[in-house]
Amino acid sequence: MNVTTNDFFLIAPPLILALLGFAILLLGLIFPRLYRESLATLVLIGLAAALFFSLQNWGTSSALFNGMVVSDKFSSGFQIIFVIGAALTVLLSINELEKQYLYYSEYFAIILFATVGMMLMAAGSHLLTVFLGLETLSISLYILAGFRRDNEFALESSFKYFLLGAFASGFLLYGIALVYGATGSADLRALAESIRSGSVFDNPLLMAGLVLLLIGFGFKIAIVPFHMWAPDVYQGAPTPVAAFMATGSKAAGFAALLRVLIAANVFADVRWQQALWVLAAVTMTLGNIIALRQENLKRLLAYSSIAHAGYILVGVIAANEQGHSSVLFYLLSYTFMNIGAFGVISMLSDNSREALLLNDYRGLAQRRPLVALAMAVFMFSLAGIPPTAGFVAKFFVFGAAVKAGYLWLVIIGVLNSLLSLYYYLGVVVNMYMHEPGDEPAPSAALPAVALALCIAAFAILYLGVFPTRELETFQDLAASMK
Amino acid sequence: MFDSLINEHFLSILIFLPAIGAAMVTLMPSKLQGAMRIVALIVTSINFLLSLPLYFNFDGGTAAFQFDENYFWIPAIGAGYHVGVDGLSLLMVLLTTFLTPLVILSSWTEIRRNLKGYLISMLLLETGMVGVFCALDLLLFYVFWEAMLIPMYFIIGVWGGARRIYATIKFFIYTMAGSLLMLVAILFIYFSNGGTTFDLLAIREQIFPIQQQLWLFAAFGLSFAIKVPMFPFHTWLPDAHVEAPTAGSVILAGVLLKMGTYGFLRFCLPLFPNAAREFAPLICILSLIGIIYGAWVAMVQPDIKKLVAYSSVSHLGFVMLGIFTFTIQGVQGGLLQMVNHGLSTGALFLLVGMIYERRHTRLIADFGGLARQVPVFTTFFMIITLSSIGLPGLNGFVGEFLVLLGTFLTNKLYAAIAATGVIFAAVYMLWMFERVMFGKLENEENQKLRDLTAREVTVLVPVVIFVVLIGVWANPFLKKMETSVDHLLRSVQQRAAVAEQREQSRPRANFSAPPIEGAP
Repeated sequence: MNVTTNDFFLIAPPLILALLGFAILLLGLIFPRLYRESLATLVLIGLAAALFFSLQNWGTSSALFNGMVVSDKFSSGFQIIFVIGAALTVLLSINELEKQYLYYSEYFAIILFATVGMMLMAAGSHLLTVFLGLETLSISLYILAGFRRDNEFALESSFKYFLLGAFASGFLLYGIALVYGATGSADLRALAESIRSGSVFDNPLLMAGLVLLLIGFGFKIAIVPFHMWAPDVYQGAPTPVAAFMATGSKAAGFAALLRVLIAANVFADVRWQQALWVLAAVTMTLGNIIALRQENLKRLLAYSSIAHAGYILVGVIAANEQGHSSVLFYLLSYTFMNIGAFGVISMLSDNSREALLLNDYRGLAQRRPLVALAMAVFMFSLAGIPPTAGFVAKFFVFGAAVKAGYLWLVIIGVLNSLLSLYYYLGVVVNMYMHEPGDEPAPSAALPAVALALCIAAFAILYLGVFPTRELETFQDLAASMK
Repeated sequence: MFDSLINEHFLSILIFLPAIGAAMVTLMPSKLQGAMRIVALIVTSINFLLSLPLYFNFDGGTAAFQFDENYFWIPAIGAGYHVGVDGLSLLMVLLTTFLTPLVILSSWTEIRRNLKGYLISMLLLETGMVGVFCALDLLLFYVFWEAMLIPMYFIIGVWGGARRIYATIKFFIYTMAGSLLMLVAILFIYFSNGGTTFDLLAIREQIFPIQQQLWLFAAFGLSFAIKVPMFPFHTWLPDAHVEAPTAGSVILAGVLLKMGTYGFLRFCLPLFPNAAREFAPLICILSLIGIIYGAWVAMVQPDIKKLVAYSSVSHLGFVMLGIFTFTIQGVQGGLLQMVNHGLSTGALFLLVGMIYERRHTRLIADFGGLARQVPVFTTFFMIITLSSIGLPGLNGFVGEFLVLLGTFLTNKLYAAIAATGVIFAAVYMLWMFERVMFGKLENEENQKLRDLTAREVTVLVPVVIFVVLIGVWANPFLKKMETSVDHLLRSVQQRAAVAEQREQSRPRANFSAPPIEGAP
């Protein structure tokens, strides 16, 4: 096989973003005083172009670059989620960078590189491509996490993420090596082929390799017991970056995980089902229980994002078409609601102090009624109450699991939703049911943040009431995965 | 053209008109408080007037759903926007549209802080409530059922009393605890039905194996029992009722509690008839405990609002008892009692709110001898008290009598115990009335008490009209529901028999893990 122009066309979204990233690095060098909105606008245009090509490529299914990368509905679907996440993050970042005096053009370039990494993870049909994508993403995020160089939490965040991320990469690479050793190929289709022939399923080498892969991805999606980094990293990273990690990076981890699990057809083995079952139940429960005790909103959202990884894992375990489409729907909804929630934090923070404690939200409804309303929408959606996207997403995930016969896992899931309700409501209580304290009101935010919050809130309500189109798209996508 | 639009989308208009009103209020500047109140009042009043043809055009001769609307909503999973009313829901819809404008009028001066948010919450709440009573699609029902919690949560939490935050979180989490298990049950039903539809009418065709019925009934029933609330699940109610602002208490008692009993009638009985019979003794006993316990606890309350709150536990016990006698009298009495409780307890909360607004206390000990000072107030209080304790000639009597009759036909002991509940009700209500209204007017602050204003009288008069109307002439109301109730009970009987037959013809295998069709 050789590389054709068509290959470049089908991989246009990450290609555009990568080129744009380099262009921005150069632009930042040549025009150091380039006005901030113009860079952000450029990034948004690039993301729009990537989105356009993702939609253009919808429905194609072909292996590119000698089978290292595929372009199919799965990769396009995830590309759309990543682009939305990146665009919302950029909108939030303009304000954050301005307030924190962090205005460097590299920031946007690194966001773009991270997005490219995510896209490669979702499009990789060869474990090495997946690994390259993961590394591109991780290294970008190590830098972004420590972007506030003078802040000790940021340094801790970056360093911790780097150490644990390095471990995760190690696990992943080791896993790839074992899989390669067991099957003679790191190509996912070859892996699927050799597993379908049945002879290698009880091969301990392959099993060990797959377990190590699961651990590697487990770090990225922050499931228990690989979740320890999340709260500290989110707390120290600039808020938009934390939002990006909790949504985009998680989605990329799930994309790769799904690809590998489907290729390896692990659900044919009841031990895998049981293991993932336990992981999902423990992740949901632990995340929610610890979140109950959090006073710091960023840490609360970190633990909530761990819990959400558990819910999404339920959809993965369901391992049917509903399960796969519900995972995508969940990730899309989660992107909106979580970036929205982090966006509110970013909006209310400035350089002197971040609005991190629940107490900072006291009486927000009186001071900033619209911001409080948006935050309430995000909280109700995270808690999974209709008519929001969060409810529909949970409904689909749990529905898929009921269909697959995992009734008890679903019961654990809904009881967890109940637990989570307490802390999400706590935020709303602070905003609406307490009088404002005497802290100084935060300085005004740029309209870009307001735009991001509006988009997120409307998307949540829209997906909550009329989820049909997106759902059918994802069902179509899941059907193509077989 | 306009006519046909209204005729074809009658229920949708009833459901979404308040939401449109909420949007209008949202767009108004916050300073125009008076105008916002008037808009909210007009919108809800129009909704009530629009709902009247529902009553008059409703054909009591058929058990089929009327004013039916059925559209695709999420076709990918077979969820539809299917609404309709029958004899079970008709009066509930009317009760909702009737009470909402009254509570908005009643809170005319009570709510001043963040009025806009309050009116928006009230209007959205009405959308949710009417939606719950009209929804004929399980998913749609669930969405309305849950979505309605959000405005209520804000109404209690923002405009409530001193312990409002505790009360509202308790209310929210209790209700969610039940509904989430109901959600699992809904999903189970959906997939055991082939995973094609959430439509109640389609699901009603299916008869579940008895073992499954028991689990499903438990999941649905827990959710409804918390809402009713039945005896061991009632602890959220006194907190929520006492801390809520007057309008919130009225809506809670008047409408929200009925959703629980309505849920039993709409879903638990027809879908899981065998389980309903299996659970009936338990539910009857819990209802009896609720009746007696509620009455006893009400008797010793020093706070009038709390007294009324506990009396709700007792009254709703009657409703549940009536429903689970499976007699036409019992169910009809239960349904009528749902309306009656909405009227009389709603009115009691209104009256308590009126006196609280003047005196900022609700303790019985702070009052005494009010009869001379505020005669109009006392008169209304008297009528409503008598209605609440079931005096013949007023509404409460008809419902309670039917419930007791139905109970007597099935179990004389239950009827005897329930009847003592009626006596206790008379004791705690009349004793409270005596301590508040009669005796000497000693407290100086009470001597300055003003009597009801014209606005407050306007709020109460419509309620009193219905209290008397149902009391002397309940027949038209009973006629509207009779066919539906009869149909319900018949289908319970038939379907239970079919399920039993199938059970017997089936080899006695293990039912521990019911397989779902279509599962991989």
